[in-house]
Amino acid sequence: MKILVGYKRVVDYNVRIQVKPDGSGVITDGVKLSANPFDDIALEEALRLREKGVASEVVVVAIGPADLTAHIRNGLAMGANRAIHVVSDQPIEPLAAARVLHKLAEKEKPGLFLLGKQAIDDDANQTGQMLATLWGRPQATFAGKVDIADNVATVTREVDAGLETLEVDLPAVITADLRLNEPRFIKLPDIMKAKSKPIETIAIADLGVDTTAQLRISRHAPPPTRSRGVMVKDVAELVSTLKAKGLL
Amino acid sequence: MSKVLIVAEHFDGHLNAATARCVSAALALKAQSIDVLVLSDAPDAVAAQAAKLDGVSRVLTIANAANAAPIAQVLAPQIAKAANGYSHVFAPSTTFGKDLLPCVAALLGVAQISDVMAVEGSHVFQRPIYAGNAIITVQAPAAQTVVATIRTASWPAVAAAGNAPVEAITVEATLPTHTRYQGLQAGSSDRPDLQSAAKVISGGRGVGSAENFGIIYKLADKIGAAVGASRAAVDAGYVPNELQVGQTGKIIAPELYVAIGISGAIQHLTGIKDAGTIVAINKDAEAPIFEIADIGLVGDLFKIVPELEQAL
Repeated sequence: MKILVGYKRVVDYNVRIQVKPDGSGVITDGVKLSANPFDDIALEEALRLREKGVASEVVVVAIGPADLTAHIRNGLAMGANRAIHVVSDQPIEPLAAARVLHKLAEKEKPGLFLLGKQAIDDDANQTGQMLATLWGRPQATFAGKVDIADNVATVTREVDAGLETLEVDLPAVITADLRLNEPRFIKLPDIMKAKSKPIETIAIADLGVDTTAQLRISRHAPPPTRSRGVMVKDVAELVSTLKAKGLL
Repeated sequence: MSKVLIVAEHFDGHLNAATARCVSAALALKAQSIDVLVLSDAPDAVAAQAAKLDGVSRVLTIANAANAAPIAQVLAPQIAKAANGYSHVFAPSTTFGKDLLPCVAALLGVAQISDVMAVEGSHVFQRPIYAGNAIITVQAPAAQTVVATIRTASWPAVAAAGNAPVEAITVEATLPTHTRYQGLQAGSSDRPDLQSAAKVISGGRGVGSAENFGIIYKLADKIGAAVGASRAAVDAGYVPNELQVGQTGKIIAPELYVAIGISGAIQHLTGIKDAGTIVAINKDAEAPIFEIADIGLVGDLFKIVPELEQAL
């Protein structure tokens, strides 16, 4: 079977983001960009399923501006067979992204659509669920373990109460949680090989789906700052400070 | 006027405290009515608990054997039908709500607002992005149903002194059979629940091993605190994953948070920013955790924690 993997480019997770002074957004100029960490995990899982013989082809799918090529080449260098780049100059809401991915699912007919559980920029945690709904297929979100046999995926999910197991018929949408795997590093020869792998580009307007933004962001603000705390010298002082605050 | 439908989260016949926090967010809208929807195979016990929540107008139940387990693709079509006539559909921003509500939003064809932390108007909300390093004000179209998950750490639970009527309803929805629930392996804990505890003691990589985590549990038990952990401690196998606090784990707001052997990565700080008082114990005086801690103590946790336990 074929696996499609959502592969978003975001501000690198180590960057401490700054809000623009006029509140119009966050500063992204000159800031390091990387693959969304959860998408790296999704891609790694797809590659492992191909190595196990469960999948025959892994396709990375990215939505974003024309300059996304270097990012997509990273996914190809990690091991994806080919890529689809849906070109959009506008930021895309999760529902619009899900509509785009649904179109690609109908066209490519994958056995599995793997995504990260959330993107670390908008922290929405919606796209995979919305895709499954539009596609009319099962979902297994926050996956910590995936086993596939006989067209059924058994997925252990990381939920608040512990670990939940679901069995879903394929095709399905699975979203990756942190502990699903440890993504591999990209090796130099693979970067060279990735240059000859195909990237199909599609203009978002050509997909015939409504991607108009519904939500209007009127203001970006820095989070409220906590006032500077005090340092205590020993346990006795710590205990008396906490008692004075009525916390012990 | 706002009419709010809140999807109740429950397990094993018990209403989750997160649902009472969603009622607070609905009250902030100055809603005309607040209804709680309980989907279950046997909803009566949970409905009775929801009926007590202050501010709730009605509790609606949909009883169906298919609702025995919280399978998002099974629940969502029923909620989307039940949402007819409501201006808002809320669920808690727990793994239950995060899994389920985007499916409802997709069925209604509307964008979802995740992790609502403040209400500015009936269709205007604040939510965090970039691991809580920016707060955006976001406006939903006035003509559409607002579908939103409620950030539990931002809202207090309403009291349970009410007495709302309970009504069983039926909806026409085709339910899929493509998903089978295989069970839950719950972390065994008789300690307070991490997300609702007034006090939380967390350990990080500095604790060093699963065995060493014993001193964290002992200290927590001494003051009746829940136990949490950083991602590093979970990844190292010191504690189970459901104890993880941070951007990708639980977002909590206890009165007292004690971080022990935790350096304070951005992703961890996201989970504790709303805590009342943050105490950091770390041997590295330069650790970022001290930048947000209200009280800091530099030193060896293996010396300090037993001393602290003695002193209490």
